[in-house]
Amino acid sequence: MSEIALQQSRPGLRVPAGWIVTGLVALAILVPYAAPETFGWAKTYPARWIVPISDWLKAFLYWLARDLSFGLFTFKDMTRFVSGLFGYALDVPKALFSSGITFGDEPGAFHIPRLSWAGIIAAVTIWSYMLGGLRLAVLGFVGFGYILVFGQWDSAMVTLSQVILAVLTGVGGGIALGILAFRLPRLEGAVVAALDFMQTIPTFAYLVPLVFLVGVGPVSGMLATILYAMPPMVRVTMMALKRVPPELDELARMTGCIPRQTLWKVLIPSARDDLLVGVNQVIMLTLNMIIIAAMIGAGGLGFDVLNALRQANGLGKGLEAGLAVVALAIVLDRMSRAMVELRPVHGAEARRRRYLVGAGFALLIGFTLLSFAIPALEQLPAELRISTGNMWSDVVSWVNIHLFSTADALRTFLLIYILVPMKTFMVGFPWVGLLALVWGGAWSLGGWRFATGMTALMAFIPVAGLWERGMTTVYLCSISVVIATLIGLPLGFLGSRSERMHNALGAMCDTLQTLPSFVYLLPVVMLFRIGDVSALVAIVLYAMVPAIRYTDHGLRRVPPSLQEAGTMAGCTGTQRLAKVELPYAMPEIMLGVNQVIMMALSMLVVSSFVGTNDLGKQIQVAISQADPGKGLSAGLAIAFLGILADRMIGRWVAARRTRMGL
Amino acid sequence: MAMASLAPVSPTVPPAKVRAASDAPPALICRNLWKVYGANADAFLRENPEPTPADIHAAGLFAAVRDATLEIRQGEIFIIMGLSGSGKSTLVRCLSRLVEPTAGSVFYEHQNLLRMTPGELIQLRRHKMGMVFQNFALLPHRTVLGNVAFPLEVQGLPKEEREARARKVIELVGLGERAGHYPRELSGGQQQRVGIARSLAVEPALWFLDEPFSALDPLIRHEMQNEFLRLQRMLSKTIVFITHDFDEAIRLGDRIAIMKDGVIIQVGTAEELVLTPASDYVSAFTGHVSRAKVLSAGGVCVPAVPGEALGPVVAARALVAEVAEAVLGSELPAAVVDAEGTLVGKLDRATVIANLVGGGQ
Repeated sequence: MSEIALQQSRPGLRVPAGWIVTGLVALAILVPYAAPETFGWAKTYPARWIVPISDWLKAFLYWLARDLSFGLFTFKDMTRFVSGLFGYALDVPKALFSSGITFGDEPGAFHIPRLSWAGIIAAVTIWSYMLGGLRLAVLGFVGFGYILVFGQWDSAMVTLSQVILAVLTGVGGGIALGILAFRLPRLEGAVVAALDFMQTIPTFAYLVPLVFLVGVGPVSGMLATILYAMPPMVRVTMMALKRVPPELDELARMTGCIPRQTLWKVLIPSARDDLLVGVNQVIMLTLNMIIIAAMIGAGGLGFDVLNALRQANGLGKGLEAGLAVVALAIVLDRMSRAMVELRPVHGAEARRRRYLVGAGFALLIGFTLLSFAIPALEQLPAELRISTGNMWSDVVSWVNIHLFSTADALRTFLLIYILVPMKTFMVGFPWVGLLALVWGGAWSLGGWRFATGMTALMAFIPVAGLWERGMTTVYLCSISVVIATLIGLPLGFLGSRSERMHNALGAMCDTLQTLPSFVYLLPVVMLFRIGDVSALVAIVLYAMVPAIRYTDHGLRRVPPSLQEAGTMAGCTGTQRLAKVELPYAMPEIMLGVNQVIMMALSMLVVSSFVGTNDLGKQIQVAISQADPGKGLSAGLAIAFLGILADRMIGRWVAARRTRMGL
Repeated sequence: MAMASLAPVSPTVPPAKVRAASDAPPALICRNLWKVYGANADAFLRENPEPTPADIHAAGLFAAVRDATLEIRQGEIFIIMGLSGSGKSTLVRCLSRLVEPTAGSVFYEHQNLLRMTPGELIQLRRHKMGMVFQNFALLPHRTVLGNVAFPLEVQGLPKEEREARARKVIELVGLGERAGHYPRELSGGQQQRVGIARSLAVEPALWFLDEPFSALDPLIRHEMQNEFLRLQRMLSKTIVFITHDFDEAIRLGDRIAIMKDGVIIQVGTAEELVLTPASDYVSAFTGHVSRAKVLSAGGVCVPAVPGEALGPVVAARALVAEVAEAVLGSELPAAVVDAEGTLVGKLDRATVIANLVGGGQ
């Protein structure tokens, strides 16, 4: 086919190359349907052609774990050393927040209590007040208060101690790597490529090799979290350092700074705001991942949620823990964002800040010291806690009774008329036809070389023997993306038309993005039980945000002069939207759709918990069976799908923008 | 007889500059300085020591500074003036070696700057040089005091000492009240005062100012120019001052170098530039300036016929604007005398009026 494409520019050729490509693609799709006996191999990928990639990956990882040696030490020694190191490091925040320190085993042994809940709540409230005024203080107090009163404190503190260590490591490591890439331009390209790849790999794929190399437990959960949360910090650091005004660099040189002084006294402090934005991102990603990492034994709130999902009647408990995750996420997010906004001040205001910070520490330590004498300050007595477990169970059963028929009707409708036919169609689609389709689409966007690369990515799925699960993934993902876009576009449009709507949507999107993906599963399962519909709804909810944001932003960016030109040409409102604004905003909107796809792919893996049978399921199974080959190959397949979508849409947007001269 | 140099400031006339003696020894010298951007620019210059613009363009290179030769004297305010893209910023960065010149030499106090090791350069910058930046380049996370003390901190001075010294400089620029403020709490003019104070904190002998007042409003700019002249009267630094504003150049500068496309077209006092422009480009700049504020009585006077009856006596160094009142108030032409009192010529009303009204020539 590539030869025909090349003829495109040759003079004298009558038939446009586009027609030939279209014809060939149509042939590749139709022929396997028309002549199943002769071309059966083109419809269903023959089992004897499957390349045992999973086995190779498995063998490679076994080789890593058993045989690889660096001379003085083996790979296994290295992973043991690293996990041991993190194990010890984790003991510190764990002792502080969750367990305290007990000397000896016998009852009555000397016990240093953990930080008192009263102290933590007081400090969080005061510091929130310092950072963001009364509103943030109320939020902090209510959030941590909820966690305490509803008996989620112990789990939440396990999670918080992991978050703290993971954030410290992620931020520190991210800044260090970012500085390195900034200082050594030769390294920069490699770092950027690695970051790009790491960000397309779904979260779960990190878990598989870690379980294999490090084993199940809090440490591998932590390591997975750090690996997941650190890349954005590297990126932010590189960008932040580049954005420091060149005059400041000149200033450093003119005052005779040595390189170390330039970095630490001039560049890093000047990049403070950008770096803090990175810290906020690391915190949110950490929280998201640490909940998922409960699957490999991270414990804490994630474990409670997971456990609830696994039990038949556990939903009430699960919701309680899920809300605690939400509370923790929102409070940490808003506090770290307020920190970005905080400007240096002098005089009375600065003294007030110092006083508030000091008061927070004083109360934290004071209450903790008091809890030597009053154990209730270390552990809130059970009779003072409220469990809404029953209440939530009641809510669940109320929902089941009152909403069930509606939800079930919707579910059945979706299944019978959309999901099942789509799935059957996609899984039964000829693999040759699909590859031809990808090739043709990519060819029209970027020529034959680009098309070949994209097709190779797609070919991984049949070649690795992942056809059925892969196509289930493609089908779930594409339906979710379509629905999310159909919901997001009108919402974004409304947001672009009114300030009030814009602010309301902004607040909603902020909250949706703060929630760890795992939490989405709970209400969804409550309504739609286990199955593809639940997964679909969870994915749509999770992935919808960028569709709203980018549409809103894209339409807002249409220059007023262009809108006036449309109106003066006599457009009706609808005409103006369809003929002027949407075409102008289209590249921006497509970037939003691209984000939707990425988020849908990552959520797909998480939602395999509620009973889909896609690549995510394979990763999940691989984790429980500790089969790293299967998990990795499924992870790679998802990553390839992501890269495929990203590059194709990227090409389209770039071409469109060039054409419009943007 | 009013002397131009230390006359009291009158509303119509800019505050007098401290004119450096024109025989002061040179402090900073650059010779045949080139800055060419592009691949293998240094090899290209070695092979073509005197390339034409066409040669450079043909080689795919870009010359920001071409064959610049300057002698900046001890204690003078030397202005490098040109439009954006003329290479003035690159030239000053070559003089301070913020930008590595492609060819040529830079001497400061008989040391070749371009031969210095990084360590020597750091020492030189820490103790001998100060620089003020167009967009202030204040460190946002430090107070006024912290910013001004920064160069001293870099040198490793103990906290008390550097803060005491910084406070003195802050007083000097009139910001004593605001030592605890952060840059974002200050107005543009105040921010640049901090920038000036910081560059003076190390008591440099050589002071670079890169368009220091360009980012300020016209009124504030005027005020800051006066402030700058006041400081220079006290401190007598050797100054390299960059501007794109010819009015600023003639107000502040002892001598002015005009740059275009990387080449220094002419170096001279404001009066020399107005009276004998080297090219149409220079006269285009000088054309619109108020000649009365640039030209001296000695520069515009005509020879007097011996024995002619002359009115008031004016100094040859005085500006036309300064002597206008005296000349216009008299029926007879004024007698123009030099510093020794020797008659050099006469100045009549018509000439003064022509120079007062005439922006153009």
